[in-house]
This record gives sequence, structure tokens and C-alpha cells, in this order.
Amino acid sequence: MLRYIIQRMLLMIPTLLGVAVLCFFMLRLMPGDPVQMMMDGANVSKHVLDAERARLGLDQPIYIQFFKWLGAALTGDFGYSIWTGKPVLYEIGIRLELSLQVAVMATILAVTLALPLGTLSAIYKDTWIDHVIRVFSVAGLAVPSFWLGMIIILGLLTMFSWIPPLTFTPFMQDPKANLLQLIWPALAVGYRYSAVSTRMMRSSILEVLQEDYIRTARAKGVYERLVISRHALRNALLPVITVIGIEFAFLFGGLVVTEQVFNLNGIGKLFVMAVSRGDYTMIQALVLLVSVVFVLVNFVIDMLYAVFDPRIRYR
Amino acid sequence: MKTLRVFAGFLLALLSICAWSAAAPVDGGVLKFAVGAEPPNYDCHAQSSFAFIHPVRPHYSTLLKFDAANYPKIIGDLADSWTVAKDGLTYTFKLRKGVKFHDGSTFSSEDIKATYERIRKPPPGVLSLREEGYADISGIETPDPSTVVFRLKKPNASMLANFASPWDCVYSAAKLKQDPRFPERNIMGTGPFTFVEHVAGSHWTGKKFDGYFEKGKPHLNGYIALFVAGAPMVNALAAGEIMAEFRGHSPADRDRLVKALGDRAVVQESPWVCSLVVTFNTKKKPFDDQRVRKALSLSIDRWGGAQALQKIALVRHVGGLLRPGYDLALSEADLVKMPGFSKDISTSRAEAKKLLADAGQPNLTFTLTNRNVPMPYTPVGVFLIDQWRQIGVNVRHEQLETKLYLAAQQKDSPTFDAAVDFNCDYMDEANLQLQKYLSHDKSAINYAGQTDRVLDDLYDKQSGELDRKKRIGLLREFEKRALEQNYTIPTIWWHRIVITNSKLKGWHITPSHYVGQDLADVWLD
Repeated sequence: MLRYIIQRMLLMIPTLLGVAVLCFFMLRLMPGDPVQMMMDGANVSKHVLDAERARLGLDQPIYIQFFKWLGAALTGDFGYSIWTGKPVLYEIGIRLELSLQVAVMATILAVTLALPLGTLSAIYKDTWIDHVIRVFSVAGLAVPSFWLGMIIILGLLTMFSWIPPLTFTPFMQDPKANLLQLIWPALAVGYRYSAVSTRMMRSSILEVLQEDYIRTARAKGVYERLVISRHALRNALLPVITVIGIEFAFLFGGLVVTEQVFNLNGIGKLFVMAVSRGDYTMIQALVLLVSVVFVLVNFVIDMLYAVFDPRIRYR
Repeated sequence: MKTLRVFAGFLLALLSICAWSAAAPVDGGVLKFAVGAEPPNYDCHAQSSFAFIHPVRPHYSTLLKFDAANYPKIIGDLADSWTVAKDGLTYTFKLRKGVKFHDGSTFSSEDIKATYERIRKPPPGVLSLREEGYADISGIETPDPSTVVFRLKKPNASMLANFASPWDCVYSAAKLKQDPRFPERNIMGTGPFTFVEHVAGSHWTGKKFDGYFEKGKPHLNGYIALFVAGAPMVNALAAGEIMAEFRGHSPADRDRLVKALGDRAVVQESPWVCSLVVTFNTKKKPFDDQRVRKALSLSIDRWGGAQALQKIALVRHVGGLLRPGYDLALSEADLVKMPGFSKDISTSRAEAKKLLADAGQPNLTFTLTNRNVPMPYTPVGVFLIDQWRQIGVNVRHEQLETKLYLAAQQKDSPTFDAAVDFNCDYMDEANLQLQKYLSHDKSAINYAGQTDRVLDDLYDKQSGELDRKKRIGLLREFEKRALEQNYTIPTIWWHRIVITNSKLKGWHITPSHYVGQDLADVWLD
């Protein structure tokens, strides 16, 4: 087991390094100048632009810029935002709590709905229960989260002349204000998330129910409830865990449009702003951060596989 | 009868008191308003966006300022009074006494001197976007703590108005001496509000400065500028979550907000010192040919376009190089005589076709580079393409992200054929608006790439001409030449629409979304 963990951890290093190299050089290949973006349309002479480029180190050869950045990044220093001049980690830090909370809330909602609904749908296959759950989950897949978000906002505005708060309040500071803002995006995103997981849960259970050990358990006279909970559910969870993990990682940095709809000051919105401003240092740090989240989530999934599947544990 | 008269008198007095109290500013409350973007740093001298002015301006004072209720009247901000020498070479300002910075230190003429020295001659590492605006200043003197004298090398017709620039925030000389880059990361002015916090990506908060030099102001206890744009901003206004967004709304948003807010919506509209222009890349064929450029300008029905576009976009006014309504601008009677501005579009288009045929371009095809900003770039781009189609010109619309759009217009190696560009200033002033039409080597915002010394010479002459009548004459010559050569052509001037909640009082719309934003006179009912 220890060897398995170490193997997985070592694999993270080349993955993240590859991401860093690709991101850094691809950004520089794109046309456009972040300094010009900052001055957008202002009557600024060339020497002012050149001085600003020099101040930001953008006048140096790309490979020197890369090694400087990589060297600093290895010590945990991701530099300063080209746009705001503030440390990149500070900019990310103030948005991290919100993004994490939305991702966690959506995941809780999705898991709470998906596990029972997917299981019920599989057990009562082709009955009205299955049909209702399938309609619910297919609708969740078909409706984009941002569209659902817009409908939620317009519904609240039309019915109550109210919209969720525009500024973020940490949960520990004021739980009510916090939930009033974040429950809606969590609902919008969690619905699609739960739909994906419900579908996966249903098909996974249906597959497991065909296995020999289920037939054996039933032949031995084990109660159906025990067959499902002790034998089928545990084994059916493996692919569902993968889906939940990947969706969680996606939510962390991928709620680009939903964050715009709800005006959430999260990582997704920061990503969009950084790209539109050509803020190289910010984009590099964000790409790396999202990669770290994906790699870590995959690592956790691998560990959970080992927990749920003894064959992996004892390999 | 007497009783009735007494009662009527009493009623009248009561009504007068009510009317007076309804109009009298009320102190207190926190104003929440939206800002559609976020400032990169805190230094006024290095910024050019409304996203900076709206949240930051309330912290600072300037030497002079525009009176928003009576634009373009200039009034003193830190200046109590001023005199301009007859030769236009000396500006003497008497400053307010007893003004304090937010840290409690006393303001003096040294602060004005340090501020303007920083703008016109920025020390190494400091970015100043307005060096050229003060290039005519030869020296700044401070004979006593409440007097500052600016000496000029040559007369400059816009100098007094320049001193009212909202970008010229007055900084503390002591702080600048410690660190010339102090304002990049710190807010410390003499304005009506002190800085509380800036949560990046979320909001900016200011608190009433009790030591503000105008007694009884500001009326608000504070303000929160929320960084929210697009549909969420309109929703927030409709829900009464915010009281205003001061840049401007599209006609569609105005209609939606009026419907949602009912009598709680206050609509203020004004012509805007902003316009979209078309820039032709004169370094590229066939746009190096004046006939081609002129044909493309002639074919645009600006009068008809203004009527149609104002229903869907924030453009409305037909004007030349200067905003229609500005006292130095062409009158409509003179404007229609200029090429491309005739109301007889059939004749203009016939002439345009002939010019294209003469230039050997009867089937001209090119790409119009535009910014992928929906309002008003997209509708204006589509309108232009349709206009050119009517003389047989085939145009591809290329809408780019701002970064790519600016890259296409790189001054050293422009790649575009023709581009939709903008010209937006903080005040009506020929010295600002005509910059775009100067030669490539004279103006950082000229993307057409031409060299035209006739225009440069006329610009310099009008810039230094203090006689208004003579200046207008020079401006007419400039406009005639620019609209004949058509390196860069005006399309339709913008129209500013601001919707505020009726609780917000004391705010006045002006033709510039950069001025009138110190919030000193604003109050909540």
C-alpha cells in the first residue's frame, strides 16, 4: 500500500512540471501585450510602454523569464499579478474560500441526491420510479448550470424583487448571509452534478447486480436489502467516486459562467479576468493551482479505490 | 375671511417648509453603486479608465474641477481663486486654507507642486499618462503655502481645463518624497471620503472624512463600489440592491430598468464625449489611396444611422471631430457641408462609387477589425458593413478580444485593414479630441499610420491660440482637411444614459463619465 501511495505521489511531479512548461510558453506565443492592455486606448508614448515592460521584466528573453518564474515558484513564490501588482497568492487566496465552499456545497447536494436516486432507479428499473428519476437526471444533464442560474436569479427578482447578496461573507462570520449568497449557485451547479452522478450510480448498480457474487449472495438466501447495501452498493461506488472527484475538481476552477451570472468573486471569474487582461503570472499560477487540485483529487480517488477494492490494496 | 387667509398662509408656509425639506440634503446612509470593471492600481496619474475614477475619485481632490451641475463650468476644488496672465503664460492659484489630508497632515502649495512635477516629469519607475498635457509648463513656483504659480513656455488654450482633470489627484508631497510610488498601493488624499478597504474582484469601500474642507459635506456616511457588470448589474439595480451605475446603460437596459423600478427610476441622458471612429491602415493598399478612404466615408449615412442605432445602441449624435453641442464644434448647418455628412446620401454614394472606380477598386473587399464588446462596437460595426455593402464593398467583420484587437493595431506593425476605434475623453477640448488625427509620430493614439504635417501644424496653432474666434477658424481648417483626407473618420457620437434609484440625490449627468464623481454633493433620500 505504501509503495502504491509513493508511486502515485511521484507521478504528480512530471505532470505538474509539464503543465507549467506548456502553460508558460503557450501564453507567450499568443499575440498581444499585457502592458498595452493596461493602457487600453490611452495616449501613451512608446517610451512609457517600454519602461513599463522593463519594470515587469517582460523585455527579457522568454527562457530567462521562465527560469526566474520556475525558480521562484519552487519556493512557493508565484510572483505578482501584472495587472494589480499584488501577490498572485493573495489574489487567489481571497477567492479560494468562496470557490471551495461552492464546490463543497454542490458536491454535498449532488451526493445526497445521486446515491439514493441512482440506487432506487436501478432497483426499480423500468418502473414509474425509475422513469421519474431518469427524467429528473436527463433534464439535469440537458440544462446548462448557467442557464439554470439565470432562471433562478430572474425568478427571485420577479417574485420577490430580491437578488442574492453581491458580496461574499465568510460562513464563520455570518452563516445566514453566506448561505443566502451561495445556496443558489450551489443549487444551479449541484443539479447538473447530481444528474451526472445519478446516471453513473444507476448504471453502475445495474452492472454490479449482474455479477456472480450477487447471484451467489441471493442463492444463499441473503436478504435483498443486504445484497444491495453490503455487496452491490460498495462495489458500484467505485466509478461514481471517480465522477464525483473529477466533477469536484472541475467545479473548483471551471465555474466560469456561473460565477459571472451570480457575480461571485471566485477562482473562475479570476481566471476569465486574468485571460482577458493577459495577466501571465496570474494565469500561470491559476493553471498550476487547478492542475494541483485535479492531481490531488485523482490521488484521493486512487486511495479510495484502494479502500473500497481490496484487490488494489493487496496488489 | 380673515381666518381663511390665515389658514391659507399657514398652509402655504407649511408647503414651503415641506418643499424646502424635500430638496435639502439629508446626511447619512451608505451609497452602493456598481462599477463595471476594476482598477489595476491606485495611482490616478497612471490610470485612464472609469473603473478607476468611480471608486477612487471620492478620496481625492484636484486643483480645479468641473461643476457637474453646470458642465463645462470650472470651479475651484483645492484652489480658492485663480488668475491667468493676459499672455496666457502664468497661472496663479490661491489655495484653500485649513485643508487636511486623511492622515491629519496639512495641505499646502508644496503638495500641488509635487503632484504636478510627478505628472509632467515622472521619476524613474513612476508611470504618468499625462506628461504631454503639461509639456508646455516650464516651471512651478510656491511663493507661500497657499499660492502656487505655473509658468508656461507658450500659451496653451486648454491649460485651465487641464487643471480640472479628474486624473490629477493631489498627493502629499511628504509621502511622495518618502516614496514616489506611494500612490500605487496607498490611498491618501484630501477628498470627501477616506479609504476603508478594497476587496479585489468584489468591492471598494469609502468612509466619510470628518475633516473634509467643505463644511457640511459629504452628506453620505460612506459608499461601497461593487465590481459588477452586465446582467448582474442590471438585476442589482432592478432589485434596489444598488442605487446607480454611473458609466452608462444601453437603451434596452434603460427600458428594462424603468419598467422594473417604475417611479423609483430616475433617467438622466446626455450627449457623451465619446465616439467610435474608423481608422484605415494607410500603410496598406488600397487604404493609402485618399479616394478609397473618402469613398468609404461618403457611403456612410450617419444621419439615418443615428436615427436607427439610437434605438438599440448607446450612439445617437452626428458630429465631426468634436462633440456636437460643444461650443467649438461645427454647427449642423456647417457639418452637412463636410464630406461624408451630407443628408443627401444617394448623391454621396454615387460619388463614392465613382471614386472607387477611379481608384481601380470597384469590387473592394477588406476586413473590419472590431472589438468584441457588444455595446456599442458590435451594432456600429454591423451598421458600417451594411453601409459599405450598398456601394458594392464586401467587408468581413472580425471581432476580437481586446488583447488581440490591440495587437492588430500595434503601431510598429499594424496588421488590420480598417478598424473600429474609440475616442473618449474626460472633457470637451479640441486639444484632446484631435490627438487621434495627428501624424503617426506625433500621437500615440493614431493607428492610421499617416504623416500629415498640415494637420500637425494646424493643431499646434489652434492649441496655442487664446483668441476664441481665431481658434475656431483654425479648427474649421483642421476639420476640413481631416474630413477630406479621411485617415480616421468619425461615425456616430455616443449618448450617455444613466439610471439611478430615486433615493439617490445630488448627482448630475455630464457629457463625460469621468467628471462629477467625487460624491461630495450626493445624498440619499
